[in-house]
Amino acid sequence: MKRVPDPSTQEEPPGVPGFRTWRGVYGFVFGFFVVCVLLLALFTRVFA
Amino acid sequence: MNLIDWLVLLGTIVGIAAYGAWHTRGTRSLNTYFKGSSTNGWGTIGLSVMATQASAITFLSIPGQAYESGIGFVQNYFGLPLALIIVCVVFLPIYRRLGVYTAYEYLGRRFDTKTRVLGAVLFLVQRGFSAGVTIYAPAIILSTVLGWRVDLTIALTGLLVIVYTVTGGSEAVSLTQKWQMAVIFGGMVTAFIVLLMRLPEGLGFSGAAHIAGAMGKLEAVDVSFDPSRRYTLWTGLLGGLFLSLSYFGTDQSQVQRYIGGASLREGRLGLMFNGLLKIPMQFCILLLGAFVFVFYQFDKPPVFFNQVTWERHAVGTNAPIFRDIEQRHAAAHQEAKDDVTKWLAMRGAGDAKAEVATRMAMVDAQGRVDAIRKEAKAALKAADPDAKTRDSDYVFITFILAQLPHGAIGLLIAVMVAAALSSTASELNALATTTTIDLWRRVRPLAAADEARNVRVAKWLTGFWGVFAIAFALFVGMAENLIEAINILGSIFYGVVLGIFLVAFFFKWIRGPAVFWGAVASQLFVFLLYFSLTIGYLWFNLIGCAACVLFSVLFQALLGRSQTESV
Repeated sequence: MKRVPDPSTQEEPPGVPGFRTWRGVYGFVFGFFVVCVLLLALFTRVFA
Repeated sequence: MNLIDWLVLLGTIVGIAAYGAWHTRGTRSLNTYFKGSSTNGWGTIGLSVMATQASAITFLSIPGQAYESGIGFVQNYFGLPLALIIVCVVFLPIYRRLGVYTAYEYLGRRFDTKTRVLGAVLFLVQRGFSAGVTIYAPAIILSTVLGWRVDLTIALTGLLVIVYTVTGGSEAVSLTQKWQMAVIFGGMVTAFIVLLMRLPEGLGFSGAAHIAGAMGKLEAVDVSFDPSRRYTLWTGLLGGLFLSLSYFGTDQSQVQRYIGGASLREGRLGLMFNGLLKIPMQFCILLLGAFVFVFYQFDKPPVFFNQVTWERHAVGTNAPIFRDIEQRHAAAHQEAKDDVTKWLAMRGAGDAKAEVATRMAMVDAQGRVDAIRKEAKAALKAADPDAKTRDSDYVFITFILAQLPHGAIGLLIAVMVAAALSSTASELNALATTTTIDLWRRVRPLAAADEARNVRVAKWLTGFWGVFAIAFALFVGMAENLIEAINILGSIFYGVVLGIFLVAFFFKWIRGPAVFWGAVASQLFVFLLYFSLTIGYLWFNLIGCAACVLFSVLFQALLGRSQTESV
């Protein structure tokens, strides 16, 4: 049976415009998460 | 539901299932059957991960939860983006590099066979029963409100999912999930637009948000450290992180969705897609529920949303009591509606003092409506001690059936069924894969090289788990507390499984016997705590994980570092 190990490594570039490294992608997702929490906190403050 | 609704419902659901089965009917490769197409991009993987997590109960229950308790539940998802980043950095590259079919196969490589089998069995026990609940939970609600036979609803949805999952395996699951998510997104956007259009003229998004906020339904973030509060920023970050890490990193139903695909990059981007979208998506579903609450400030809701159960008990000697409650509820609702209208007028006039006074009156009036609803539930319980008094699951479906135009009703019912099918398909696919790879191959090691035989066995096992899930849903009298029991069951096992994986990744000096006995000891410890303590079951995720790591370290120290299991 054929096993298909993935030859790609940690260094494989994300290939996303504006991001040269995966660290940048994770940083963006984390930053977006922080912005979401802040916006939700703001939403709570404005409407609740 | 009329003919148009049925056409929309059957057209989308059967159409997608038939397309998935037809398109993947020629799947012969074990790799494709277990991991999906090797050309799958991040979009397909991302939608597949999302569809697996979003079951029908997500779309039925969550709007009702916001109607009842507000949108604070969104905090439960705060740990999810962080967990997905950890999965991308630690879990996914290892799974891809080793080319494993299941997460537990990795445990076999890292530790030994018995640890691998332990991880697989813990998954099969927990996920096998969950698959039954995934089919049962929406079936009981849809059959109640639509008058369908519950056994037929369970059997037909179960058989439909079995057909395409058996036919095309993981590839069919991913393919159908992509289209099912399109139906889900389309349906939910439609519901939101119709809801906004049904609100009183001139109220709009902002006005509705202000009413919901004034009624305490829009407290999205709670920073208090009060342990009695179920959803806070801290429980979301800590509990949510562990729960999401267990679920996305070690549960085969999720692992299987992202270990295939064209490359490591596609898997990572698929997960990051979920990391970005999950919180906004859950917020929108919750906001929908909060706005349904606003809608019912102006349009009289039923006193009890599960109208079928209510009417069934409103007979004989109970009839006068039930009708009296209904009349008082109608009067209280009218008062509350008048108070909301007055508050809006004062707000519009810019009279701060009058605005505060009318807001307090509005909240008090809503309190009286809530009190009558509680009285209604107590009356129902008195009439029938076995009656289910939780009606929040029926809020959104009641709104859909009463307010949406025909066609849109069919589309929204299709959303619920599509969500049930997509989650169940992933579960059956994962159960069959784990049974084939981690158990059957141990019994038939010589057959492991026969690719066609492996696929054949996996198809039979998919069918077996599908029938098991249907039988569990049909023959076990499930209630609200059983659904919770399944969640408790998951929390009891999840922590230990996550602990095994964390030891595997971060404690390189710990060997197989130590982690195996550490896992067994920590599982027994969690059982002991479960039967002797009364703490929130979500804590067992954290306790089980920490205990497994600690016991593994202790056992390794006792057994010595001289053991040399193959890694």
